[in-house]
Amino acid sequence: MANGDSPVGADAPAGGFVQLLTPDGERIDSVTTADGITYSVDFTDDEYRELYKDLVTVRRLDAEATALQRQGELGIWASLLGQEAAQVGSGRALRPQDMAFPTYREHGVLYTRGIDPIMPFGLFRGVDQGGWDANKYKFNGYTIVIGSQTLHATGYAMGVTMDGKTGSPDGEAVIAYFGDGATSQGEVNEAFVWAGVFHAPMVFFCQNNQYAISEPLERQTRIPLYRRAAGFGFPGVRIDGNDVLATFAVTRAALDQARNGQGPTLIEAYTYRMGAHTSSDDPTRYRIASEVESWKAKDPISRLKAFLSKQQLGDDTFFGEVDESARKLALDLRERVLAMPDPQPVTMFDHVYPNGSPELDAQRAQFAAYEASFEGSNH
Amino acid sequence: MSETITLGKALNHGLRRALENDPKVVIMGEDVGKLGGVFRITDGLQKDFGDDRVIDTPLAEAGIIGTAVGLAIRGYRPVCEIQFDGFVFPAYNQIVAQVAKMYYRSRGNVTLPIVIRIPYGGGIGAVEHHSESPEAYFAHTPGLKVVTCSNPADAYAMIQQAITSDDPIVFFEPKRRYWEKGVVDLDAPASFPLHASRVVREGTDATVIAYGPMVRTALDAAQAAADDGRNLEVIDLRTLSPLDLGPVYESVRRTGRAVVVHEAPGNLGLGAEIAARITEECFYSLEAPVLRVTGFDVPYPAARVEEEYLPDLDRVLDAVDRSFGW
Repeated sequence: MANGDSPVGADAPAGGFVQLLTPDGERIDSVTTADGITYSVDFTDDEYRELYKDLVTVRRLDAEATALQRQGELGIWASLLGQEAAQVGSGRALRPQDMAFPTYREHGVLYTRGIDPIMPFGLFRGVDQGGWDANKYKFNGYTIVIGSQTLHATGYAMGVTMDGKTGSPDGEAVIAYFGDGATSQGEVNEAFVWAGVFHAPMVFFCQNNQYAISEPLERQTRIPLYRRAAGFGFPGVRIDGNDVLATFAVTRAALDQARNGQGPTLIEAYTYRMGAHTSSDDPTRYRIASEVESWKAKDPISRLKAFLSKQQLGDDTFFGEVDESARKLALDLRERVLAMPDPQPVTMFDHVYPNGSPELDAQRAQFAAYEASFEGSNH
Repeated sequence: MSETITLGKALNHGLRRALENDPKVVIMGEDVGKLGGVFRITDGLQKDFGDDRVIDTPLAEAGIIGTAVGLAIRGYRPVCEIQFDGFVFPAYNQIVAQVAKMYYRSRGNVTLPIVIRIPYGGGIGAVEHHSESPEAYFAHTPGLKVVTCSNPADAYAMIQQAITSDDPIVFFEPKRRYWEKGVVDLDAPASFPLHASRVVREGTDATVIAYGPMVRTALDAAQAAADDGRNLEVIDLRTLSPLDLGPVYESVRRTGRAVVVHEAPGNLGLGAEIAARITEECFYSLEAPVLRVTGFDVPYPAARVEEEYLPDLDRVLDAVDRSFGW
């Protein structure tokens, strides 16, 4: 085995991955990779149930968003369907002081940070561009240009080091989310260089969902993505991204290494985008139904549900309660999305510059006067 | 304490003062540390402030700006050096798509007080990519502010003003004027706001509008014109975005003639915007169309023909003549 390779997983790609919960819901106590690192989890019964609740909730909210888009209430939606375990597992692995840099698909991570799930809907409905306080939520704005946020995360992590906030168990760590397509971007490779050189306290968390819109992984790489880390001088490890336990265990360990001053890690979460790239996409043009079916058998939620059932940690009453709770959250989300007011047109002039601009002030005044000239008319 | 120093040294003093005044200021770029930058603008700063305040970065411009964004989110005030004008384009995506838009995107929740220093312009006999004037790309981008200095005193004041500003600022430095000297009062507060143009020579017959390296050229042209009995007013724009054209309008209403000078190609350059605005604001005062003296619409040429490419005293005077001949 090469460094970072993992021994297990009947359904694993070549090189293996870290898996602690099989698609059938069987627990694997621990996994030791070729690097000699042993991964395991030690959850209480309630913590297992909470993870299940997270997974079901983020999937239900995602389904509601897809429906809202189909009903014309969102301009677009980037569904996380199939990637719930990768997002919930890594999101729950973050400690409160850690900072996350998401793409535009990290709704599940957002949810695990305790953030109101309504927050990104302004962006998808078209009433704003996202617009939250990254530092308040320890969750940066959704970044749409592919891969750019990995450099932001790296710079932020350098700042953590400069602030002296690493080198102890209560240090800070940073996580950068990106996908398989992003690994081809120059900026992502620059982020790897910088993180290696500056020993940045961070985790590069790549959700390899097998497709960059229509292009399969083979169009991005000739080697498994986690092995790229070796060329940049830090460890890379692949996990079963549909296994919330392995995702949690490996991400938590990598974040703790980072906060302790041991530098960055690349995690490749091997998963599958069950839905379209976004609501504007038609995946039937580029992938076959049997492939999608094979991944359904590896579903992140059904395997945890099977485990909970076998261990008698959850019964039909519990599963029903979780579904009902998620449904209520989704309906509440729907109501609040529909109630979002359209912005006043003149607000497009807001927040261009912290110190403003006299030129822009003049343009704004002209626009306001122009708009006002229609008041009282039928136009 | 007044000293006669070069423009480059004035920038060095200004950066030093900024590092002293705010521990959150960090300088980052290629060769800015031990070497002091290829133009020595950061000379001695790493030695005095340490290598985590003055950071020699990997050779990757997108990385410089992208990590500066992250540092700014973290609360730092990065001052990035792009080594030469023609090397900014690998960072163009980060500057235009991220630096310019983060404050807007976040509805004012995330400020990026980043200064991007770029030595720009020709006249130093360099190879390709070392002599360009890319200011219009950035002035065209909402969310960025763009300034350029033309003399040591302004350089000293403006670099400090740019660093204390919360706006993201592209700071163009006229590299061929780095070695020109002027008197700088190192203890005096800045006498001008950052985003203000200035009349640098008063005149009555025509208005010559320039910025950065071309201010010297315009002043030389005005001196030559004076010998011929023509009295040119010269305005140093200093700020390219936002423009501060109040003094320009006031001047053109008096002179009735305007000539805009820049090194960058004329097509869709700053001169086009300035000519349009002067026309809108001073239409009844104009005795002739606003004329432009600019680089030609070709890629920056080989060094042995750059003297013909670059606007010089004679081309400025030729434009003034054409204005009077209208």
